[in-house]
This record gives sequence, structure tokens and C-alpha cells, in this order.
Amino acid sequence: MVTFDTVVKDSHVIETGTNPLRRCQELMSGRDYGRLVVTGYGRHFVATALGGEVVSEIRAFAIGARHLFSDCHMVIDIGGQDCKVILMSPEGEVQKFEMNDRCAAGTGKFLEIMANTLEVEVGELGNLALGATRTIQINSLCTVFAESEVVSLIARGEEPGAIALALHNAVAIRISTMARRVGIQERVVFAGGAALNQCLKELVGEKLGVELTVPAEPQIVGAIGAAILAGQKR
Amino acid sequence: MANENVQMWTELNIDLKSHDMLLSALGPIFQEVYLSQKNRPAGMGFYDFVVGDIHGIRVRELREHAKNGGKVVATYCVFVPEELVWAADAIPVGLCAGTQFSVPMAEEVLPRNTCALIKSSFGFRLGRVCPYVQASHLIVGETTCDGKKKMFELLNEYQPVYVMEVPNKKTERSRQLWHGEVLAFKDVIEKLTHNKITSEKLGQAIDLVNARRLALQRLYNLRKVSPVPISGKDALLATQVSFYDDAKRDTQMLTALCDELDKRVAAGQGVAPANAPRILISGSPMAIPNWKLHHIIESAGAVVVCEESCTGTRFFSDLVKPTKNNLDDQLKAISDRYMNIHCACFTPNDERPDDVVRLAKEYKVDGVIHYNLQFCHTYANEAIKMEKRLQKEGIPLLRIETDYSDEDKGQLRTRIEAFLEMIKK
Repeated sequence: MVTFDTVVKDSHVIETGTNPLRRCQELMSGRDYGRLVVTGYGRHFVATALGGEVVSEIRAFAIGARHLFSDCHMVIDIGGQDCKVILMSPEGEVQKFEMNDRCAAGTGKFLEIMANTLEVEVGELGNLALGATRTIQINSLCTVFAESEVVSLIARGEEPGAIALALHNAVAIRISTMARRVGIQERVVFAGGAALNQCLKELVGEKLGVELTVPAEPQIVGAIGAAILAGQKR
Repeated sequence: MANENVQMWTELNIDLKSHDMLLSALGPIFQEVYLSQKNRPAGMGFYDFVVGDIHGIRVRELREHAKNGGKVVATYCVFVPEELVWAADAIPVGLCAGTQFSVPMAEEVLPRNTCALIKSSFGFRLGRVCPYVQASHLIVGETTCDGKKKMFELLNEYQPVYVMEVPNKKTERSRQLWHGEVLAFKDVIEKLTHNKITSEKLGQAIDLVNARRLALQRLYNLRKVSPVPISGKDALLATQVSFYDDAKRDTQMLTALCDELDKRVAAGQGVAPANAPRILISGSPMAIPNWKLHHIIESAGAVVVCEESCTGTRFFSDLVKPTKNNLDDQLKAISDRYMNIHCACFTPNDERPDDVVRLAKEYKVDGVIHYNLQFCHTYANEAIKMEKRLQKEGIPLLRIETDYSDEDKGQLRTRIEAFLEMIKK
């Protein structure tokens, strides 16, 4: 959630939980605002209930990233359930985009599950990977199969850091393939919760051959975009 | 009437309990997708009625025909030359394959990574939930794709399947192969029906089917107008019903619908605002009752104005050309017409991107959505060249891969809404 005037006035990142509408109602209660725009999964439901409008997260991310970096041409977002690559025109309009196909491989969910298997907090997974002393491969594209592979590697006494690095590599390959299909244009902004992961940032940047820009708060980029739109709508 | 139906389904060896579940699920879906639409042409009432009794009245007609010694020939694909079936006084019916309901049954046998259309059609027979296939005397398959080819081998164990060999290429040798297949099919139908296909009967059948094609062409041409007088969902339903309804009646109902649409066009009456994004869908066929993609697109405020698919332009855009009244010429004209279907099963299939570009311009679309079913390798691969070509032509494209399930509706909606935001004028 973001409230916006000409700058971000306030922001919160909380778990959606099992009752997203209630969470949103709690977030908005007592708040003073003009117009509401909702983006992401559940946007229609929440917008109808709270009296707002909707925008796709693709457009929201593009607007948000462009606001933060006026020379932004491309956004890579790795979120909880999906990942996307957005290419923008010189004017900042969405020109082309690609999203993951139906499965969770290459998304935050993949990393969450693997963190659980490796018994670390998801926020620590990147550091674990950065501390790896050797390189190994994880072969599976599928989250479920990858987890099985990880369990086997652990049973063989493999170094957790090396496993973590291999998992980050798998995600990085997925997202960079998507980015290359769309066509890379700098500046590339890396957003979404996974952008907080330093290891992922380095690996994706390496594979794309560019320096990625990570905003101070990568998780609110979409909400910033939606808030800016709310301010524009008449 | 309900009891009559149950009696008939029992005679057809339908699994009544399972079948009941299928029909109970269809009602609410049809309400949500179709009946909730505003400002529909009155002529769609016929199609609503057909869906309301979807396994009743038409099946009864087929049973009457069978009781009088007639044969029913079930097909899955637009390559099968239905003129030969009509000419032998048999009735061709296109089978549905568009529901998730029959997919789990099929997955007990077929590999899971098979396209939903194949699984759905196989599941219908395996689960004995389709009275059309139960009422048919012969099923005709074709070697369009690998999945279908191998499925027909298994389907043959449940009911006789005759498979036509559709060529892989469009060379002169391939045309000769196809012509041989058409002649062989003629023999098969004559043997099945004990009727000789005469030149006179074939001429009448050609006229019958051409008339329906012209009616569908007229319907689609009316969608070139802005504001469009009929929704994409309604046009799709009318097309889907044309696959299995009586050809003469179907032509009459389409004509009545088009007459009504003519009046709407004259009055400038549209089903969507004039600035609603106009979309062309291109790709894998959408068998009845697969309305999923159209529903998501039109619920998001766009309108589908054309379908480049086998449940769209590929079904009717070509007529069988007029010939002299002799069998040889007529059969050659039929072979030629069916060989000219720009299906992705051919290699190469460069005519199809040409078609899409031409249609996009004729229908003044704002964007094209390329649709392939998951595991449909032919159409999934053709999306690559299609993307390059449409980029060159400056026509916005969104590529969608999906199946029949409800699971990915949210994800599809996100992509479609983003695409519509992108192309909004």
C-alpha cells in the first residue's frame, strides 16, 4: 500500500494472508485519501469493495519504476507468485511484456520453498548463496522436482551454500531468458521482493550483461505506480 | 421432455450419473458467460435454446434418422469432407471437445501432457457422457497432429474410427495423396451407408454446405463494422453450433441472425462502445463449450471481432468451387478446397500469417491475441513466426497458452488487461 501526493507519503508491506479484503480494509481505515487504485491479484475484488479502480500490475510497475528512475526502460519483477519482464517505450509506455507460464518455477514461491528446505529464512537465502565455496548444478525446471533434488543433495552432505547458489542460478537463468526474448534496454530496474536478494541481483545482472538498479523499497514499486495513476485520474 | 431424454440416453448407454453432473455444471456456466450479456441480438435465442437442450433435440433427430436406416458420422476436424457424408444421405456431426469435465477421465489413459482438446474428446467417449458419439455409426479421425493420431488408435478400441491421412506438406505429391484419401473416404461412406454417391447428390451436398459457408461469411463480415453488432462470444457460439446442427436449418438461422444484424448496423447499434478495443483471436480451435478466452477478453471491456481458427475463418472462408456435373471434377474441387486449409499441421504454413495480417486490417483490430492450447506443439511453434511478422506490420500481439481449467483465469486476466491497457487508443 502506498499513499502518494507528489512523493510517496506513506507505505506499508504486509502479508496478504487468508482474508485480503480485511487486510486492505484495516490498512485503509482512518486514512485520508482522494482516489484509490488497486493492482495485483485480487484487485477487482478489493476495488469493488472499497470503491476504487484497477490497473494491471504490468502498467503499475512501469509507471512506478519510471517515477523512481526517469530513464527506466525496462522492469524485471520477481514477485511471490509470478515473474515478469516489461519493456517500455522512450515515453515510458508499456511496449512489450512477458510473464512466467503457469508454474511457480522462477518466482518468489520457488525461493520460499527452497529456503524452507534449507532451513533458513527466505531473507537469508541470498547471503547463504553468496557464501558458497563451490558451484553445482540443479537440473530441474520444476519447483517440486527441484525440491527433491535439494533433498538428495542435502542427504549427500552437499554444502548448503552451494545448493542455494545453484537455486539462485536456476531462477536467474529463467528470468534472463525471458528478458532476452523481450529485448534488453537500459536502464533496467529490478523490482519485487526478490530484488532484495543481493545474490539474485548479481546473477541476473551478470547474465544480462547490465548493472541492475534496485530501488530502496523494491516491493512497493507496483503500489507507487497505482498511486500515481490514482492522482492522474479525473 | 426430460424423461424422454433420459430414456434416449439410457438406450445410448450413457453414464447417466456422470452425464447429469456435466449438464448441471453447464447451466450456471452458460448463465454467467452468455445470458448475462446485455443487448444481444434476438436471433441468438435459437442458439440459447440449442444449448439449453444440448443433448436432447438434435440427438433425437439423429436417432430418428438412424431408426429409418440412416447413418451418423462423427468427426473432429474441419479437414473431413462433410459433403461426401451428406451426399450419401448420412448426417455428419462435429463432436464437442471443449470442456474440462471429461479431461480427468481421459487422464486415466492418455498421457497428461496431451492437449486439453484431445483429452476432452477422448474422455467423452471413455466416460460415456456424449450422446452424439454414442449415437454415431462411425467416427472419422485424421492425422493432423501426433496427439490425435495416437489417440485415435486407442479410441478405436471403444468404437470404430476411420482415420484420414492429412498430408504434412502442400506439394503436388501431397495433393495427390490427399485426393486419394478423399476417394477412399468416399468408398468408406458408400460402404457404411449402402448408398452410391452420385454426381447429382454430390452437387446438392456441395451447394448445401457452401450455402452454410456463405451464411457464416456474411455473419463474420458484419463484425467488420464499428460498433460491432454482435459479441465475439455470440459469434463463436453460432459457429460452434454450425458444426453439428442440420446444415439447412443452420443456414436459415444464420441468415435470420444476419438479417437482424443488418438492421443493427444500419441503426449504428453495437454491443460494445465504439471505442472498445477490437481483438482478433488466432490459433488453436475452440470446441464447444470452450468459451473461456472470449469470456475473459470481453469481460475486460474488449470485443472479439474475428477468429482465425478452425472454429472461425478456417471453417468457412473457402467455398468448394463450381464444376461441371461429373464426379471426377466435383471430387477434385472438394480435395482442392479442403487442402487449402491453413492449419499448423502443415509445414510450411506461411499462408497463415498472411491471413492474420489481412484479417487484422479487414476487421480493423486494435490487437491480435494468439491462442494455443498447452501441449499444442504446432500452434505454439507457429506463434514464433506470427510474432515476428506482426511486429514487422506494427500489429500488437499477445501470446496466450492455456487449457480448459479455471486455475489460470486470474493470470490470464492480468495479461489480457495489461495488453488492453497497452493498445488503448
